Amino acid sequence: MIDKTAADIRDAVAYITHGATVMIGGFGRAGQPVELIDALIDVGASELTIISNNAGGGDLGLARLIAEGRVRKVVCSFPRQTDSWHFDRAYREGRLELELVPQGNLAERIRAAGAGIGAFYSPTAVGTPLAEGKEHREIDGRTYLLEHPLRADVALIGGLRADRWGNVVYRRTARNFGPIMATAARTTVVQVDEIVPLGTLDPEAIVTPGIFVDRVVAVGNRRWLRDGRFVGGVDLQGEPLVDSAATDTVGGHR
Amino acid sequence: MTDRLDRDGLARRVAADIPDGAYVNLGIGAPTLVADHLPLGSEVILHTENGMLGMGPAPAPGHVDPDLINAGKLAVTELPGAAYFHHADSFGMMRGGHLDLCILGAFQVSQTGDLANWSTGTPDAIPAVGGAMDLAIGAKDVYVMTDLLTRGGESKLVETCTYPLTGVGCVTRVYTDRAVFDVTPDGFAVRELFCTTTLDELRQLTGLTLTMVDEATTDEESR
Repeated sequence: MIDKTAADIRDAVAYITHGATVMIGGFGRAGQPVELIDALIDVGASELTIISNNAGGGDLGLARLIAEGRVRKVVCSFPRQTDSWHFDRAYREGRLELELVPQGNLAERIRAAGAGIGAFYSPTAVGTPLAEGKEHREIDGRTYLLEHPLRADVALIGGLRADRWGNVVYRRTARNFGPIMATAARTTVVQVDEIVPLGTLDPEAIVTPGIFVDRVVAVGNRRWLRDGRFVGGVDLQGEPLVDSAATDTVGGHR
Repeated sequence: MTDRLDRDGLARRVAADIPDGAYVNLGIGAPTLVADHLPLGSEVILHTENGMLGMGPAPAPGHVDPDLINAGKLAVTELPGAAYFHHADSFGMMRGGHLDLCILGAFQVSQTGDLANWSTGTPDAIPAVGGAMDLAIGAKDVYVMTDLLTRGGESKLVETCTYPLTGVGCVTRVYTDRAVFDVTPDGFAVRELFCTTTLDELRQLTGLTLTMVDEATTDEESR
């Protein structure tokens, strides 16, 4: 019998060691596996290389991992945000290294690693400072850059629901990097709102098949859902609204 | 009478040129305004690079969904017919030439269509590129929407970009607050003048040799 369910979230990340390369899903706050990152902080791994689109915002999740001094290097496309103060400080103080990768090349390098591609030629960034040091090649009259796959020891991903085989569905734009990161790491851990009985997920709608997933852990409903339905009443960070707008929530019509 | 369009006026002007049925990506900042001015009844499908086609306007405050955001990480909504996909598919849509149009902001555009919009090259700045370079080289047409002049009064249309490039020879048209310019093999050609602006004024402001677009050849070139 296959059961990838981890009862304790710390067990799901306990083997992540000093110096590991960790992919962290999410685009901004959407899809960021905050509870898994908290558990990673608790188990104490440091000197990490993080592959993620952003470098954390606010004080939670990836931002907190950086604030706690656990990160040696960040590979990302867009570290600078209005609320990326933890990254900004660590970077300016020279406490972490940054590898800046155009977002599409970042995604395709992750996809390539998961699909067993040795390397590929991309037209993105030709003629820009980010092309420096890369092999250039002309194919059918257009110039491309050689890009290598990006793989990781572990991928931490945020999904909506999973079953014990590790099949995963996502929610809206929180899907972002999850499906490709799941394929590109030696061990893939997915946090979801809910683990459902095998056979419950529509096979036609499964986005990440369980073959790519090693562990799933349930962290409870996100605040803006009730029984899987969108009810709103939160801000962009998922925090409850406190002003009068809070009364104007969705009547669970989705 | 003023010599230039305001932001909304410019957004309305850009929106009027987007054909019904086009797949369009709107960059962060001013280009986002174009969504508010799309002609009623036209089905323009908006792509957001974080993984969605069929993006709708911002929600009412109580209806913000943290799982439903655009490339600028702002709350958006989903229109009937919307679709979600992962990042590799999303950027495949750009790189693979499936998007009809993207509209970007700019620090500088050169007369050969080079675009600089991701970094001013300041030594202490934290670099961030996001999807700018993929967008610049991916869409069939790349329009830039910007003020003609910087706050310091310098032209953003230049002979050669001095800021770090985002893409080479990728911009096809520039909508500014004073005029619309096509990028042609002979440099910038003025397609339309706004308000009281004249061709001579544009030549003075940009320091570039500018011509008027030859209307007879425009339509086949621009599609």
